[in-house]
Amino acid sequence: MFEILKRQEMADGTVVMNEISAPLIAKKAQPGQFVILKANETGERIPLTMADTDPKKGTITIIYQVVGKSTNLFKSLQVGDHFQDVIGPLGKPTHLEKLGTVICVGGGTGVAVLHPITRGLKQIGNRVIAIIGARTKDLLILEDKMKVASNELHVCTDDGSYGHHGFVTDKLKEVLEKEDVKLVVGIGPVPMMKFVCKVTEEYGVKTLVSLNAIMVDGTGMCGCCRVSIGGKTQFACVDGPEFDGHQVDFNELMQRLDAYKTEEAIAMDKYSCECKAAG
Amino acid sequence: MVEGKTKKEKMPRQPMPEQEAEIRRRNFKEVPFGYTRELALKEASRCLQCKNPSCVEGCPVSVDIPGFIKLITEGEFTKSIRKIWERNALPAVCGRVCPQEAQCEGNCILGKKDDPVAIGNLERFVADLEREKGTGELPPKAAPTGKKVAVVGSGPSGLTVAGDLILKGHDVTVFEAFHKPGGVLVYGIPEFRLPKEIVYSEVNFLERLGVKVECNNVVGRTVSLDELFEQGYDAIYLGVGAGLPRFLNIPGENLIGIYSANEYLTRSNLMKAYLFPEYDTPIVKGKNVAIFGAGNVAMDSARTAMRLGADKVRIIYRRSKEEMPARAAEIHHAEQEGIEFYLLTAPTRFLGDDKGRVTGMECIKMELGEPDDSGRRRPVPLEGSKFQLECDLAVIAVGAGANPLLTRSTDGLKLNKSGYIITDPATGKTSKKGVWAGGDIVTGSATVILAMGAGRMASDSIHNYLTLGW
Ligand SMILES: Cc1cc2nc3c(=O)[nH]c(=O)nc-3n(C[C@H](O)[C@H](O)[C@H](O)COP(=O)(O)OP(=O)(O)OC[C@H]3O[C@@H](n4cnc5c(N)ncnc54)[C@H](O)[C@@H]3O)c2cc1C
Ligand SMILES: Cc1cc2nc3c(=O)[nH]c(=O)nc-3n(C[C@H](O)[C@H](O)[C@H](O)COP(=O)(O)OP(=O)(O)OC[C@H]3O[C@@H](n4cnc5c(N)ncnc54)[C@H](O)[C@@H]3O)c2cc1C
Ligand code: SF4
Ligand code: SF4
Ligand code: FES
Repeated sequence: MFEILKRQEMADGTVVMNEISAPLIAKKAQPGQFVILKANETGERIPLTMADTDPKKGTITIIYQVVGKSTNLFKSLQVGDHFQDVIGPLGKPTHLEKLGTVICVGGGTGVAVLHPITRGLKQIGNRVIAIIGARTKDLLILEDKMKVASNELHVCTDDGSYGHHGFVTDKLKEVLEKEDVKLVVGIGPVPMMKFVCKVTEEYGVKTLVSLNAIMVDGTGMCGCCRVSIGGKTQFACVDGPEFDGHQVDFNELMQRLDAYKTEEAIAMDKYSCECKAAG
Repeated sequence: MVEGKTKKEKMPRQPMPEQEAEIRRRNFKEVPFGYTRELALKEASRCLQCKNPSCVEGCPVSVDIPGFIKLITEGEFTKSIRKIWERNALPAVCGRVCPQEAQCEGNCILGKKDDPVAIGNLERFVADLEREKGTGELPPKAAPTGKKVAVVGSGPSGLTVAGDLILKGHDVTVFEAFHKPGGVLVYGIPEFRLPKEIVYSEVNFLERLGVKVECNNVVGRTVSLDELFEQGYDAIYLGVGAGLPRFLNIPGENLIGIYSANEYLTRSNLMKAYLFPEYDTPIVKGKNVAIFGAGNVAMDSARTAMRLGADKVRIIYRRSKEEMPARAAEIHHAEQEGIEFYLLTAPTRFLGDDKGRVTGMECIKMELGEPDDSGRRRPVPLEGSKFQLECDLAVIAVGAGANPLLTRSTDGLKLNKSGYIITDPATGKTSKKGVWAGGDIVTGSATVILAMGAGRMASDSIHNYLTLGW
């Protein structure tokens, strides 16, 4: 059912792109929405944002960072292989609105999530300034696509190996100083989103972030994905995943993302051993 | 069988053989083994075959109880299961999970002086026998009507509707949000109480009858009700369950190690986290566990925690033992397995460490005041009675609400103020044309058999609508 039609490794093999056949989901998906995937019978349910969709072909595209057991398992799937389960589209779509000048800031694999939002914001008539970053040049993804999706693109690397030397937040400050910005969308690792929000708060610019809380069902039935927004508990899977960044309790989110650190290490060790044994 | 009444009364209720508490509290295998043929015959012989059987009145779907029990005494097991099927499509499930003491067995005449007939155990016996040794012969199906029905949700309610309508010749597709069918029977009720094998075999039976089961379809997201009508479905049944976790809304509730019962049980049952790392989904294994609530869900959570290696599991409940809503058998089993009960106690806040993990809670003692709306005496906090308890895992099992995912994305569906779907009590019809609903999404969290009863009522009405137009 959910066959992998295309597969590409990016950023030195640390990031993988899959185009998957999922006609029902492709027909309905909107920017900002995600799917939950399960590779096989014993697999866990992993949420990933749709980086692209093609309703005509009936396909969705995911781009994921290879971090632990499940994403390594996903990486091992080749063209022609299938995901056992793909569920979606889940989460609220991004509210796309014509506002004027907006900034889209993305870090790491967050750029994949940011791409359809950037494109959508530009399509409805905003002037979109995109700022994307990575630790080093080889880890940068989707530069070309982001160039097309935005009106102006700035690239940053932490080590200065490409583009501006420095963090995306430095560039963000620079642009906020010069421009009358109506909205910032920041998507990437949690610490990055936290700092983006710190910066934009100083400038009083509304900021949307996409929260990657740990999930199980993705339909609001378990409460696993609870996040504190302005002191109130919300479910990232149905009330989000996008929230007003200035209201988010990022420290709580970071702690909750570490809930299964020990188990994740056990799962990864076991997987590595099995892979070695299998040759 | 001509036997004196006195002799019958003397035969004691046959206990169900089960795993020793000491052993079973550490494994996920089913607790009761089921009756042997001998035990079943003995137990069946206790039934007085009442002319006006009060037990039947206690059963929400009016299973012909003396009828199927008589067939057991005659050794006609296949006929016996057929008799049950006339009213109840999932006897292997109901025999295991119905609150019999409040329903059929609670009304059995023998129960007045003695122990009631073990109706649930007998129902389970014939259903298991049929599943394991039966012919697998399919019941006859009516000629195709050319009508298409969509059933949303594959819990007991949806499965009942699917089974009824496929036999009446309609083309039935079940849509399920999860990757496996069965609803609470699969994601909620643990393996040690209801082996998943049984649920899958029931679903498989429906599939053999021609029901199509489409998992991974979150109706309201993947497809809308109006789109289903556009695709040619003539009627839709909503059996989506309650499916919204309730929390305590006290400080510290987002600490790591605090789960809703839905999450805890879904991880363990549906995702098989109890088999981690063979299965990939992890779960917090507490040594010192606190469970809030005292219904079936709380008992299931407590007994799961024990099986996952806890040293200490406490059920914390703000009322007293009499008010505990769980099935008597579950409370009894939990006690045998060493679960402790902290009654008349309510948590006021959770305590955590610098890593954001739960380490304990603050509680307050309660006393019972005047009866509330539910007729149960209302717990009132006792001034100055706060105390602290340690825990490294807490599971909140204080009930569920109506999940708004589908209902809010559907136009024309009338809801009550708590978000449950309003239906006509005689037919299950909703305010939206061609749409019926039943089970927990209408009544709030109830029981398997009530969800099935609602499904039966709606399927009768859907059949009328499809064939007669009303
Ligand atoms: C709505 C949403 C959209 C996401 N979109 C993307 C995306 O487009 N690209 C991408 O690379 N990543 C995305 N993520 C994160 C991705 O889900 C995790 O990286 C992945 O689950 C890691 O699994 P693992 O077994 O490989 O790693 P593990 O070693 O198991 O975990 C690594 C980290 O991933 C997180 N994680 C683990 N299990 C889950 C889970 N069930 N749900 C969520 N997070 C989990 C934890 O914080 C953990 O510390 C998204 C997450 C969410 C919630
Ligand atoms: C842990 C636990 C223990 C219990 N123990 C007992 C017991 O011992 N005895 C007893 O009688 N009762 C018990 N109950 C209650 C009983 O299980 C429920 O009352 C019953 O399952 C309700 O059936 P249902 O068909 O209405 O819904 P559910 O069983 O909840 O099934 C609903 C199904 O619909 C699916 N769904 C939801 N939304 C959508 C959507 N938008 N699209 C597609 N599918 C969707 C869900 O994923 C689910 O599979 C227990 C409940 C729990 C949680
Ligand atoms: S369905 Fe439930 S209530 Fe009815 S006879 Fe069977 S066990 Fe008793
Ligand atoms: S009430 Fe009890 S004794 Fe009488 S028919 Fe029912 S089960 Fe048998
Ligand atoms: S993932 Fe279960 S409620 Fe959000």
